[in-house]
Amino acid sequence: MLTYLARRIAGMFVVMFLVATVVFVIARVVPGDPAAVMMGAAATADDIAALRARLGLDQPLPLQYLMFLRDVLSGNLGDSIFLNRPVLQALGERAELTFFLTLMSVSIAVAIGVPIGIVSAVKRGTATDQGVIGLAMLAASLPSFWVGLTLIQYLAVELRWFPVAGYGPPDASLGERLRHLVLPAIALGLPNSALILRFTRTAMLDVLHEDYVRTARAKGLGQWVVVLKHALRNAMIPILTVVGLTAAILIAGAIVTETVFGLPGVGNLIVSAVLRRDYPVIQGALLIVSGIYVLINLAVDLLYAVADPRVRY
Amino acid sequence: MMKSPTALLVRRMFRRRLVLIAALVLIGVIAVAIAAPWLAPYAPNKMDIINRLKGPAMNHWFGTDEFGRDVLSRVMHGAQLSLAVGGMVVVVACILGTVTGVVAGYARRLDGPVMRLIDALMAFPDILLAIALMAALGPSLFNTVLALGVVYTPRVARVVRAATLVLRELQFVEAATALGARHARIIAIHILPNLVSPLIVQATFIFAYAILTEAALSFLGVGVPPTSPTWGNMIAGAQQYMRQADWLMLAPGGAIVLTVLALQIVGDGLRDALDPKLQKVL
Repeated sequence: MLTYLARRIAGMFVVMFLVATVVFVIARVVPGDPAAVMMGAAATADDIAALRARLGLDQPLPLQYLMFLRDVLSGNLGDSIFLNRPVLQALGERAELTFFLTLMSVSIAVAIGVPIGIVSAVKRGTATDQGVIGLAMLAASLPSFWVGLTLIQYLAVELRWFPVAGYGPPDASLGERLRHLVLPAIALGLPNSALILRFTRTAMLDVLHEDYVRTARAKGLGQWVVVLKHALRNAMIPILTVVGLTAAILIAGAIVTETVFGLPGVGNLIVSAVLRRDYPVIQGALLIVSGIYVLINLAVDLLYAVADPRVRY
Repeated sequence: MMKSPTALLVRRMFRRRLVLIAALVLIGVIAVAIAAPWLAPYAPNKMDIINRLKGPAMNHWFGTDEFGRDVLSRVMHGAQLSLAVGGMVVVVACILGTVTGVVAGYARRLDGPVMRLIDALMAFPDILLAIALMAALGPSLFNTVLALGVVYTPRVARVVRAATLVLRELQFVEAATALGARHARIIAIHILPNLVSPLIVQATFIFAYAILTEAALSFLGVGVPPTSPTWGNMIAGAQQYMRQADWLMLAPGGAIVLTVLALQIVGDGLRDALDPKLQKVL
């Protein structure tokens, strides 16, 4: 287990090093002078030169790369040009919202995908199964921002069941804040439940014709005891994998959803950074989000052993 | 009578009626996109301020927008742009992905480094990488295609590498090597043609994802510039008038859902037809 963990963590560092390199390259493929682009048309030559010096853009590229790696390793992601504060601080201030949004939408996606996937597998080949697969495909074809706008129009504006946008007043209670996240979480979770549904169905189909399932049935156990206790437990690994993957996808999906609902989260910060060409923020967000993505994958791998005690590393 | 492999494939694919319907829908959408200049009842940018924000009616089936432009005509012309972007993304991703995948799968020494780079690219969620690339390149149609092409390259590369690894060990490649064929010839004559079926399946799905992601990029204002009526741009523009005119959003959104759904069903059908082993499972 420990050797496996060490190997995985080492592999993670290699991937993160390459991720950092890709981030560096992306920030450098900007046509023209990034400093001039960031400062806008009104900037004087002196302003641009000052920013170039502040960002280290006046140094040769290999040196810039080494300085960038050194900063990343020491946890310094630079300062936002427009917000006048460290990128990490700006991201941290908005992390809570994005965390809750992701958590809620993953829960929604799991709550829709897993039970329906199980039923679909048990009723394989029937009209129910076909209908479920059709609905899953439909859900996967929905653009989440369009779902969001539609939900706002009908559930918030017309029926007034939920707030239209925002994250509540500054002194809002946690419950009030979470109420603001219900529609965004549905808009984000619904399209992504499709993947979980299909994986659950496939994983369940794989185990439902195993010998131990037949044995359990032969013992006279009820249908749902067999399905939930004997089959589902053994189908957990692929399901866990896809839930982890979905969580990672949803963090990025929050970028679009937060914009639709005017939520001041990490996604919103990234979009405004892109529109204002605030490169340090874009770089930092890329590093942090992909880091979380890699960490989630590692966590999922380690959870395999919990889900299935036969798994030994 | 012997049937050609293509005829067999088509028959196997369309055995499921849903796949046939989806394929017909897709052909319909493509036909409408191509014929939009002739089929559309109005010019996409023809303004009619007196009739602005009018609901669906006989003379404007999907209503009119804030400038009195016909929504149906704009959705039809939008199909042209959205499908063109999707199609070009597929081409870019397939070319870049095939080159990297074949290099990684065929040249053993390059496999490790190339695949680690692909892993690194896959550590970025699609939309985030696309946004970051668009931030660097600047919003334009060409850059959107390029950015999405790069984003979907790793998917193609992984599939192509896996297929190449298998093909490389097969006897016909061994025979070609024994006959003294050069690597370039082996790749061109023996490997590439065998990559076509996994590539087609991937291409269908990438087409669907590209349409969705392009719409999201345009919606965020970092994709195709708003002057071009892609479906994503139309939804972004409709946002402001949502309360008075919800049809503005429904028409382009419905077009996206219909097209992406059709592509996914056809992709599934193709995969099942090309790989009968999977049929049991899905």
